[in-house]
Amino acid sequence: MTKKDIFINSAFRENSVWKQILGICSSLAVTNLMLNSLIMGLGVTFSLALANFTISALRTHTPRSVRMMVQTLIIAAYVIIVDVFLQANMPAISKQLGPYVGLIITNCILMGRAEAFAAQNNPIDSFIDGIGSGLGYTLVLLTIAAIRELFGFGSLFGIQILGDWWIRWSIMVMAPSAFFILAIFIWIINNKYYKVKA
Amino acid sequence: MDISAFVLFWAAIFTSNILLTNFLGMCSFLSVSREVESSFGLGVAVIFVLTITAGLNWIAYHYLLVPFQIEYLQYIVFIIVIAAFVQLLELIIERYAPALYYSLGIFLPLITVNCAIFGVSLFLVIRDYNFIQSIAFGAGSGIGWLLAILMLAGIRSKLKEKLIPAGLRGAGISLIITGIMALGFVGFSGIVAVQ
Repeated sequence: MTKKDIFINSAFRENSVWKQILGICSSLAVTNLMLNSLIMGLGVTFSLALANFTISALRTHTPRSVRMMVQTLIIAAYVIIVDVFLQANMPAISKQLGPYVGLIITNCILMGRAEAFAAQNNPIDSFIDGIGSGLGYTLVLLTIAAIRELFGFGSLFGIQILGDWWIRWSIMVMAPSAFFILAIFIWIINNKYYKVKA
Repeated sequence: MDISAFVLFWAAIFTSNILLTNFLGMCSFLSVSREVESSFGLGVAVIFVLTITAGLNWIAYHYLLVPFQIEYLQYIVFIIVIAAFVQLLELIIERYAPALYYSLGIFLPLITVNCAIFGVSLFLVIRDYNFIQSIAFGAGSGIGWLLAILMLAGIRSKLKEKLIPAGLRGAGISLIITGIMALGFVGFSGIVAVQ
C-alpha cells in the first residue's frame, strides 16, 4: 500500500467511528459545540499519530505478555501532554472538556489502531495511519457538532448564524440528540457510501 | 461539595446516568448488549470494579499524588490501579470461585478498557468528592450502567426478528434505542440537582 492509500483507508474506508463503531463515548459527549469538537479531534489526532509512531518503533522490543500495558502507558504519556497544553493555553476549553481529555486514553480508537496497525507496520506508515484515523474521527465530530450547535444555539464556532427569530432547540444541547444524530449519520453513510442493500 | 452520599448515589443512577447522560462505557455497551445474560454478567462486574476502584483511586489521589504534587500523573496512576485491581480480582476469583470465574471471567479483561471506570475516577477528582461520596458515586454509576445495558439488551433481543432498514442494522438501531432511553432519563433530571 502506498502512503496515500493508507491515509484514505484509515480516514474514510475503514473510518473508526462509522465503520468500526469505536470511540463513540467522546464523539457524543463533546459535540454540542464545534470549537470543543475541533480541539478534541486535534487532541486525538496528535496523540493517536505519535502513540502509533512510538508503539510501532518499539514493537520488536515489547514482550507480548505486557504489550497492552506498554501501549496504554505510551498513549497516556501523549494524552498528558495534550491535557497540560490545553490547561496552560486554553483554560476555558480545558474546563469544558473536563474528564473527556483524559478519557482519550481509554478511547477504543487508540488501542484499536495500536493493535490493528501499529503493532504490525513500520513507524512512518503507522504515523500516517494515526493522522488518517484521527482526521476521520475529527470529521465525524465536526459534522455532528455542526448540526447540534446550529439548531441548539443558532451558531457555528460561536459565531451567530441564525438571528433572534430562531427558537433554540434545547433538545439538541442535551444528551439524547447526540445518539439520534450519530445513528442517522451512520445510516446515511451505510446507504450512500457502502451501498448496503436490504 | 456538600451533597450527602445517599443523594449522590441515586443521582448517579438516574439523573446523571453514567451512560445515558455522560456517554461513558459506550464501546462495551454496544458490543455486549446482544444477550441479556451476558449483559447482566458484565454489568455486575462493572458495579463491583467501579465501586472498589473509585475508593482506591480516591486514596491514591489524595494520599499519593497530592502530597508529592504530581497531580498531572493522575491518568497513569489511575490506569495502573484499575488494571492491577482487575488482574488481581481475576486471579482471586479463578482460585477461590471457579464457577463464578467461568461466568464472569471473560468480562474482566473487557473492564480494564471500559471508559466508565476511568471516567468515574476522573469525575471524582474534578468534582472534589470526599471518600464516602466517591464510593457512593462509583456504586451508583455502576448500577446505572447495569440498568442501561439490561434495558438495551432486552429491547434488542425483541428486535432480532423485526424488519429494520439494512443501513441501520447493528449499531445504528442500538443508538436510536439508546437515544430514546436517554430521552426517558431526561425526565428524571428535575428530581435532584446534581451535575
